[in-house]
Amino acid sequence: MTAPGPDHAIEVRGLDSRFGSQVVHQGLDLEVRRGEILGVVGGSGSGKSVLMRSIVGLRRPDAGQVKVFGQDLAALSGPERRAVERRFGVLFQDGALFSSLTVGENVQVPLRELHPELDPLQLELLSDLKVVLAGLPEAAGDKFPSQLSGGMRKRAALARALALDPDILFLDEPTAGLDPIGAAAFDALLRTLRDALGLTVFLITHDLDTLYAICDRVAVIAERRVLVNAPLAEVERFDHPWVRDYFHGPRGRAARSAARPG
Amino acid sequence: MLSGMADFRIDEGDPAVLRPSGDWTLERFARLQPRLDGARAASRIGGIDLSGTGRMDSAGALLIARLLHRNGLGMDAVAGASEAQRALLAATLATLDQPVAHPRPPHWSDLFAHAGAATLELVAQGRRLLAFIGEVLTVLPGVLVRPRRWRPVSVAHHIEQTGLDAMPIVALLSFMVGAVITFLGAVVLRDFGAAVFAVELVAFSFLREFGVLLAAILLAGRTASAFTAQIGAMKAREEIDAIRTLGMDPIEILVLPRLLALLLVVPLLTFVAMAAGILGGLVICATSLEISPAMFLARFQDTFELRHFLVGIAKAPVFAVVIGLIGCLEGFKVEGSAESVGQRTTSSVVQSIFLVILLDAVFALVFQELGL
Repeated sequence: MTAPGPDHAIEVRGLDSRFGSQVVHQGLDLEVRRGEILGVVGGSGSGKSVLMRSIVGLRRPDAGQVKVFGQDLAALSGPERRAVERRFGVLFQDGALFSSLTVGENVQVPLRELHPELDPLQLELLSDLKVVLAGLPEAAGDKFPSQLSGGMRKRAALARALALDPDILFLDEPTAGLDPIGAAAFDALLRTLRDALGLTVFLITHDLDTLYAICDRVAVIAERRVLVNAPLAEVERFDHPWVRDYFHGPRGRAARSAARPG
Repeated sequence: MLSGMADFRIDEGDPAVLRPSGDWTLERFARLQPRLDGARAASRIGGIDLSGTGRMDSAGALLIARLLHRNGLGMDAVAGASEAQRALLAATLATLDQPVAHPRPPHWSDLFAHAGAATLELVAQGRRLLAFIGEVLTVLPGVLVRPRRWRPVSVAHHIEQTGLDAMPIVALLSFMVGAVITFLGAVVLRDFGAAVFAVELVAFSFLREFGVLLAAILLAGRTASAFTAQIGAMKAREEIDAIRTLGMDPIEILVLPRLLALLLVVPLLTFVAMAAGILGGLVICATSLEISPAMFLARFQDTFELRHFLVGIAKAPVFAVVIGLIGCLEGFKVEGSAESVGQRTTSSVVQSIFLVILLDAVFALVFQELGL
């Protein structure tokens, strides 16, 4: 494990998560470097989403420590904590858009709440920027979430997650349920945004193509902890049955040969 | 150079050069946007020098990109930007070519459109209700003749939820209304020395009207809303569609058990409401009117007529059908959003209470004409 330093956006140390008698994480360590796209993989039910919820503060760790930008969220007072939380952008698995608001209004919600000085025109300018940055077509702006397709809803949720220019973006399976073209476009979009906005991205995914296309490092969660957290080439060589099956199964091979032709 | 305070300077020349300074971030956006867009020299700016700029986020980049866009400039007009700033500016600039649709702002003339739409909706709602009644009636006989499809577990569950659980509140409310009516009646009747007629007043009113009306209105608020929310949540999560694609009939599975449960429960609750209301009268007579319970009961027995009870209880199944059908129909009308569940639930309570009272008035007229 690398030494903790200021280049870490997120640091998790000795995290335990339990639901009754069911232990999801035990002594889990993870660090996410500033400006990187970290892919988090693991079997269904291995606790990827629970880990994300623990980091963003939606769930209190049963033991261990979560530090974001060197600050322990659990030790902070209310206002300090909210100031850190404002640097998060979270895209939930189902989008979690507010169903009674249009896409544009969804993006404006955090802006209105935290920047009451903005006038309607300015709110519109800023929300339009995020809507287009997230790759939504023109007509999507005044639509309600229930009128959008699954892929568009993901993009709308991304636009809302980007509203406050977060430093860290948490994405829970952003390409699940998208067609391959849409998923590839989403990958490209994510990389552009990372480069343009200097984001750190915590990306939970099952999509092997996404891992090969955009992740700087990959963390594998199994056996209640992070087995390995390293660049993809290293993770592929890691000796563990689950990792082998994951990366060297038929889908893994296909994704690898697609990413590295020849 | 002041760091932190966001500001800008426009160096006149040919072309003019914009020199932003400080942090151009979201916090400063509200102040910077009108100043930069309103600057007199803004339209003459032909170059932007970012060498004195501190932090810049997408809001700051948006201001500069809009200026570039308006003046027809490209990224080559930007000097002194860091790599990250260039990338951010380029990405922001690229978004400005694409318009975004916005909802039309409200206008006073929308009032007429709303009134028209509401009228049409009223007509459509009446037709939908009739269609729904027809649909249920076509499914009902097929189920009734086959006892295997009666779903006794589901019916029993709804009887518990809509009947047993509602009994305390129905009884308490009727008791209190009965007490109030007796008291008010007695105050008026005492002036004529006819306080004892309060017994007939409370018995007559509860048997004929108040028992069934109170039970139905309470169930309209309590049960119609629950039906709408239950079915509406299933509709929003595509569970109704799943039922259809599995070859089953949502009306048979969701509507009939609820309707049958209500048909059994409303008459029973009506009986409870009648008894509780008359009991309320009895208690008030005993405590404030010096009519002892024995006297109250004797008087009640003397003046009781079965037809009053029958008139009241006969209305119960009709109200049960109205409450059940409207509750379920509104549930089926829910669309994808959380707001829609709320709207439909409100609408189901309003409609069922309205229809219950309207039908009660119709019944009163009909029974009057029939001399019952």
